[in-house]
Formats: sequence, structure tokens, C-alpha cells
Amino acid sequence: MTERHWQRKLVDAMVRGLCLVATLAALVPLGLVLYYVTSRGIGGIDRAFFTELPKPVGETGGGMANAFVGTLELVGLACLFGIPPGVLAGVYLAEFGERRFAKLVRFSADVMSGVPSITIGIFVYTLIVLRTKSFSAYAGGVALAVLMLPTVTRTTEELLRLVPESLREAALGLGVPKWRATLSVVLRTAAPGIATGIMLAIARVAGETAPLLFTAFNNAFWPTGLGQPTASLPVQIYTYAVSPYDDWHQKAWAAALLLVGMVLILNVSARLLVRPRVRSR
Amino acid sequence: MALLGAEVNVGDLVFRGFAALFAVSIVLVLGAMALQMWVAARPSIAHSGWHFVVGRDWDPVRDSFGALPFIYGTVVSSLLALTIAVPISLGVAVFLTEVAPPWLRSPVSFLVELLAAVPSVIYGLWGIFALAPFLRNHLEPLLGKTLGFLPLFQGPHQGFGMLAGGIILAIMITPTISSVSREVLRAVPDNLREGALALGATRWEALRHAILPYARSGIVGAIILGLGRALGETMAITMVIGNRADISASLFAPGYTMASVIANEFTEATGDIYLGALAEIGLLLFAVTLLLNVIARLLVWQVARAPEGARG
Amino acid sequence: MITRRILVQALVCLPLAASIGCAKPDSAGPSGAGSAASPPAGGTVTLNGAGATFPYPLYSKWISEYNKANPNVQVNYQSIGSGGGIRQISAGTVDFGASDAPMTADETQKAPGKLHHIPTTLGAVVITYNVPGLSAPLKLSADAVSGVYLGTIKKWNDPKIAEGNPGASLPDKDIAVVYRSDGSGTTAVFTDYLAKVSSDYKDKVGAGKSVKWPVGLGAKGNEGVTGQVKTTPYTIGYVELAYARQNKLPIAQVKNKGGQFVEPTAESITAAAAGVDVGDTLTASLTDPAGEKAYPIASFTYLLVFEDAKDRTRGQALAKFLWWALHDGQKHAAELDYAPLPDAVIKKTEERLRTLRSGNDKLLPAG
Repeated sequence: MTERHWQRKLVDAMVRGLCLVATLAALVPLGLVLYYVTSRGIGGIDRAFFTELPKPVGETGGGMANAFVGTLELVGLACLFGIPPGVLAGVYLAEFGERRFAKLVRFSADVMSGVPSITIGIFVYTLIVLRTKSFSAYAGGVALAVLMLPTVTRTTEELLRLVPESLREAALGLGVPKWRATLSVVLRTAAPGIATGIMLAIARVAGETAPLLFTAFNNAFWPTGLGQPTASLPVQIYTYAVSPYDDWHQKAWAAALLLVGMVLILNVSARLLVRPRVRSR
Repeated sequence: MALLGAEVNVGDLVFRGFAALFAVSIVLVLGAMALQMWVAARPSIAHSGWHFVVGRDWDPVRDSFGALPFIYGTVVSSLLALTIAVPISLGVAVFLTEVAPPWLRSPVSFLVELLAAVPSVIYGLWGIFALAPFLRNHLEPLLGKTLGFLPLFQGPHQGFGMLAGGIILAIMITPTISSVSREVLRAVPDNLREGALALGATRWEALRHAILPYARSGIVGAIILGLGRALGETMAITMVIGNRADISASLFAPGYTMASVIANEFTEATGDIYLGALAEIGLLLFAVTLLLNVIARLLVWQVARAPEGARG
Repeated sequence: MITRRILVQALVCLPLAASIGCAKPDSAGPSGAGSAASPPAGGTVTLNGAGATFPYPLYSKWISEYNKANPNVQVNYQSIGSGGGIRQISAGTVDFGASDAPMTADETQKAPGKLHHIPTTLGAVVITYNVPGLSAPLKLSADAVSGVYLGTIKKWNDPKIAEGNPGASLPDKDIAVVYRSDGSGTTAVFTDYLAKVSSDYKDKVGAGKSVKWPVGLGAKGNEGVTGQVKTTPYTIGYVELAYARQNKLPIAQVKNKGGQFVEPTAESITAAAAGVDVGDTLTASLTDPAGEKAYPIASFTYLLVFEDAKDRTRGQALAKFLWWALHDGQKHAAELDYAPLPDAVIKKTEERLRTLRSGNDKLLPAG
């Protein structure tokens, strides 16, 4: 009996140990990637990196200022095209949705969030680039917005559902029309949670490369307009990473550090934002 | 009063209309995507027929498009990724729900989710400069020496290839599988767990005999979601897999995936058939990931929703 | 707060969405009333181009120099491969394309307007490699080069390689072949050469911008192949000379038709183009030439422009840039290991540039 007891204890301990090992194994790559990005990238971050344009091929120096600005521009456009529709669609699902139609929308959003980002690139290329006859920041922004849309919609819906029914009723009871009640009471209550979801969605699209390859394309100069091809950090990292030039590799690492920094800040602040308010479970 | 009433109605109507419009737009975008991909793919479907999915010959010069090497590369790299990622992710999920002390759960799960936040292109960058050299100089020679009798581990050590692609994908899908599995494990009713423990079961026995059977379909769903992500992943794998349209038994050999060939060739494909062939690959990818997502969500819902149903 | 933000965003969104619509006719650039106007003072003209990676180091230099001299003209050139250049100019998404491989009859026919090939410089496809411990440049016969790329030569110490390199310490290692994964003019030039020197290769693989290589792994662009060779031991790859030079990679000497092992240099490339006739298309193949001093894998590279520019301002800016490249630009060729165009070719190209027009207006002053 005790022998068997010990055996069972041992197996239990081993399994626990294995789980711990698995968790460490999952975290090792994160540590390695962050270590590489930091140690190799830090040397490339200087004033020129943020203020200068790239130098011609093979010459050292210059910076990635245009890609940095371009990324901000693209993400800004993506927010503009992606957030309002996403939030409103989420409002619809949570507040108005008829059963069957809402189900279809929900299903579409879920499916859309699983669509490979490269196919969204093809879609926007055909839809916008071929029609306007130009690669453009618009096209890039739309591609990223399509990527954001399902996440924003579903987050909004889920968080609106957490808002207690009594709040809605109280507002409606005061004679406020439903649209005002929804906007100023319901949405407002859920705002921190929604903002978190949006920040995570932004963090995701800020690093997307594949859908930009055929839409925003790339540019060696400052963006002159939203109708022009636009450089971005992820595309520039890709271009530089597969190049043979040491200086470009260094710049790719520096840009990676910048991008990872941006993404981490968004993730951490999203987490801090959500912590005091919604502990949903 | 009547005027006011009308106004209120108009406001509500407009708001509702707007919200509904954007809700519809999601369905429309998805539909447009599918339709447009199908239209673009049609010349290739007409030209290649079934040869497209069984042919091994991708030769744009001769208008011969067999996508099997890409399908093979996508499937093998994703399966390899699952082989690595599933045990690790399940370990993480169990660790976070059953093993770790409560104060540790939240920071660790945050760190694991950060793995998903790191952009794909940065994994690719790391893959080129850190992973591939490591594989070439250490892991591949080691595998070749110890397991070289298997065709999987034969051939020259190049670093770039199926193995590198599989490992990178594994890293990238681990957070997906582990976080969904964790949700599924959490959704297991506490009374199941406590009941088993009260009967004198160890944690492992409770997990194995009470919790896992209950959560199984949800975990399968989590794995399928991970698979969906692996199939569609583009940048990181393009940067390390070696981009060679060939079918080789060895994991050391370079391969190619469906998403990679689109990324590499889409801007340059001339001619309707070539372009259609790439669109057809996109369509296949789209259809497969769509299907996987549907299946996975159904499976996950089954577990994560059951408690409410059971209680009601 | 969020309500207001959303409303504001929704309001901003609408005009923006509308402006996409407005941008269409604008960027498609119809002529009409405003067509005679030169760019507004202080306005910047952006010319978008895409294509070949082969001349990219030189183009990149040109663009930087030209922008210094003409700050209001930005030439945004993206090196996505020759196949991409042809595709994007045909789709009209860029103002000019670039390719090292002349367009095929099929491609020409599919283009929405008449496209001209404008030769810009001469370059060489070189064989570069990464073999630790090898100091003197490798000497490769045509058989050796084609054998490696056919997969019949598998080891670095193969007799076919050793034969040209007596005394070199060739390792008993597998050759890791690197080729272009994208549609490439460099590949077209290289395969054109291989098909001329090896009938076996011609039958099994053939020439073109993207071919089905029997061995190796693919990398994107001249950049990618160079990077792959630089970072991976025992690799071999084919790239434009400038890439190998800038990265201080070893460059093989290749045996030419005259039986000499020739190093690719501006002189040996110029020798390959000696007396060549570019005909009416302004294109010609330079591979496997007769001269004893000629490097056997050289090529022209071309910009692709529509004869009839849709937008006069941009068309004119492009024509001026091309004229500059043809004259001032040639100075930079040698410093980046390209060879300047022969005088006869420059003459012919000048004439061709003078035929560029927008509607009925010529873009460059006559004579």
C-alpha cells in the first residue's frame, strides 16, 4: 500500500516537474529573442536612427526615420478605419443583435480573425492598389484595419455583455434614448476593457509585415502623402534582414528593438489598464 | 411630445442602422475576400484542374503549376510545430491551472502571451541570425549523429530548412494553444476536480481521470486553432525555411510553404494563369484555415459553455 | 469620454474615406486643364519604380545623387526582382519598372501601352561562394558551373572543380547551392548563359526569370542570395558583381569561350559588350561572347517606361531623370563595379528618350 502510495506520489511529482519544465521551455525562446534584440539592437539606436533617411545601398549610416513615421501613419489609418466600425459592430452584437444575423456576424468575425494575414494582403491589393493604380498608405491602413476589425468587434461585444443590465435599465428609466444610453452609459462603463482590447489589437497590427508587402509597399523617402507608397518598420526589418549588409543587419536589429519596445509597452499598459477594473472571472 | 418621440426614434434608428451597417460589413468583407480570391483563381483552376493539388512541378516558365510541394511544406512544417508545441503548451496550461502557486499564475501567463505579441518578422530575424546557425552547427550535426539512420535526419546541415521552420512555428503557436487550453481547463467545473481530490487522487490522477476527459474536445480545439495559425503564418517561416519547392523526406532539407510562395511571388507573377495559381493557393489556405477555425471553435465552445448548460 | 472619441473618429473617418475616392482620379493623373502646369513651387514629385535587384546598388546611388541635385524629385525605387518590375509596370501601379531580362513577347502584348526598354548600365552575374580556408579565387569552367547548378557536382573537391584549381585545398564538403526564389533578371541572365554552354542544362532546366532548379535553396533578391552565401559556409550563389564586392565575398573566375579564366571587372564586362548591336528594341544578350578578355556572364539592365505618360508632370520628371542617368549617372557606374554603357548604345537610347511623350507633347526638348 505504502509502496503504491509512494509510486503515485512520485508520478504526481514527476508530472508537476514536467509541467514546470514545459513552462520554462516555452519561456526560453522569449528570453532569447528579447536578449538578441536588445543586445544587438541597442548599438544601432542613436539620433540618426530616428532623424535620418536610409542611405543608398552599401553605404553605412543613415537611419529609419521614414519607416518609423510610416508605421505610425499606417497604424493611425488602421485605427481610423478599423476601430469605429469594429466598436459599432460590437455594440450591434451586444445591444441589438437579432439571433440569427448576430450569429452570422459573430461567426464571420471569428473566422476572419483566423484568416492568414497574407491573404488579406492579396485582397486589398486587388481591391485598392489595382484600382487606384498605386501602392499607398491608404491600402496599407485598410489591410491592417481588416486585421483589427474582428478583434475589436468581439472584444467590444464581450465587454458590453459584462455591463450589468441594471445600468441600462436605470439609464432608459431616466428617459434617455437608447442610443445615448448605449454611448454614454454602457460603452463608457466598458471603455477601459475595450481600450485594452484595442491596444492589444494595435500591438498586433503594428508588427504585421505580410499584408503590407503588397499594399503600403516601401519607400526610401519621407511619406509625401497618404496616396504614396509608405515605408514601415516591419517591412524595413524584413528587407534589411535578408540583405547581405552588416550595417543593415544592425539597423534591422535596432528597428526590431524599437518595434518590440512599442509592442511590449502596449501590452504592459493594456494589462495595467485592465487590472483594477475588470476581473471578469 | 409627439415630435420628441419621433426624434428619439430617429436617433435610435440611425444609431442602430449604423451599428447594423458595420456589423454587416464584417460579413461582406469576408464574403468579398472569398469571392475575389475565387475569381482570381479561376484561370488557374481551369488550366490545372486536379493537377494543381497533386502535381509536384511548379514551373512558371512552362506554365506548369503543381502546388503539392507547398502543400507538403505547409503540412509538414505545421505538424512538426505541433509535435513540439503541443506537449509544451499543455504542460504550460496544466502548470498554470493546476500546479503553479496562485501568485505565479498571472505573471507567467502574461509572459507566455508575450510570445504571441512578438511580431512575426522579428522571429524571422532571430531565426536567420540565431536559430539557423545554431541548428547548422549544433543541433543538426547532433541529430544526424544520433538519429541519422532515420531519413528524417539525413542530408547536409544548412540550418535553413523544414526543421528551422517547424521550430519557429512551434514557438509562435505555443501561446495560442496554451492560453486556449488554459481557458478550457479553467472551465472544467471545480466539483469534478475537488471530487477526485476528495477521493484521495493525486493532482495528476485528478487531471488524468477527471479533468482531461472532460476537457478533451476543448483541448483538441485549442490544438486545431494552433494548427490554423501555423498554416497561415508567413514572414517568420519564409525567412528560415529555405524557399525550395521540393518534397524531401529530410527535415534538414529546405522546403516551401503556401503562404511563403505567395509572399515571394505575388508581386511579380505575370500572366493570368500564374497569378491565378497564386490566388488558388491563397484560396486553399483561406478555405482550410476557415474550416479549421470553425471546427476548433465548435470544440472549444462545447467545453467552455457546457457548465452553464449543465447548471441550467 | 469614449463616446466623444468615437464620434469624432467616425466623423474623421467619413471625409477620409471620401478622400480615397477623390484620390483616385488624382493619382491616376489625367491631363486636361492642369496638364501644362509644371510642379507647383516647393511641390515634390515622387516617381515610383520597382523591379530588378541587379542594378539596385547603382540606382540607389543615382537616386540619392539626383535628389541632392533636384530636391523636388524623389525617386522611390524598390528592388523586388525583375519579374515584379514587369508585373507592376504592366499593372500600372508604378511609374517605371526595371528588368535585366527583356520582356517576352507575351509580356509585351499584355502591357496596357507601348513600353520601351531603356538600357542603363552593364553588369555581371558572378559566382560567389563561402568556402572557409580557401584564399585564391576559384577558377571555374563552364562545365563546373553548370554541373554545380544541375546537381551533378555535389562536393567541393569534385574533380571538375579541382581541375581548374591545382593546389587549392578544396574541402570534402557538400556544396550548398543558393538560387533566387523570386522572378529574377539575374536568374534569366545566368540561365541564358548556362543554356548556351551546357546542352544538358538546356534540356533539363531551361532559361528564364524563374526556373525549377534541380538543387539548392532559394533566397529573395540579389540581397538575399548574397546574405545567404555570406552567412552560410560551403554555399555557392550567383549575384551581381556589386553585391559580392560590397560584401567582400570571393568571386570566381569563369572560363570564357576563348578558354581564358576571366575575373569580372568593369573592363571584362565592357569587353563582353564590345561591338554588340542592340537593335531596335535596345536589348541584347551578352552571355558567352567571343572575346578573349570578355567575362562570359554579363548583361545590360533596363528600365521599362511607357512611351505615352499618363501624367505629364511625372512623365517629364521621369524623362529628365533617365536623361541624367544616361549621362551624369554613367560616372557612378565604375565606382560601384558596373560598366558604363558603350557610346553607340547611349546614342541610340538618347533618340529613344526623345520619343517619350504625354499625349502629343514630347517630354524632352528635341535635338
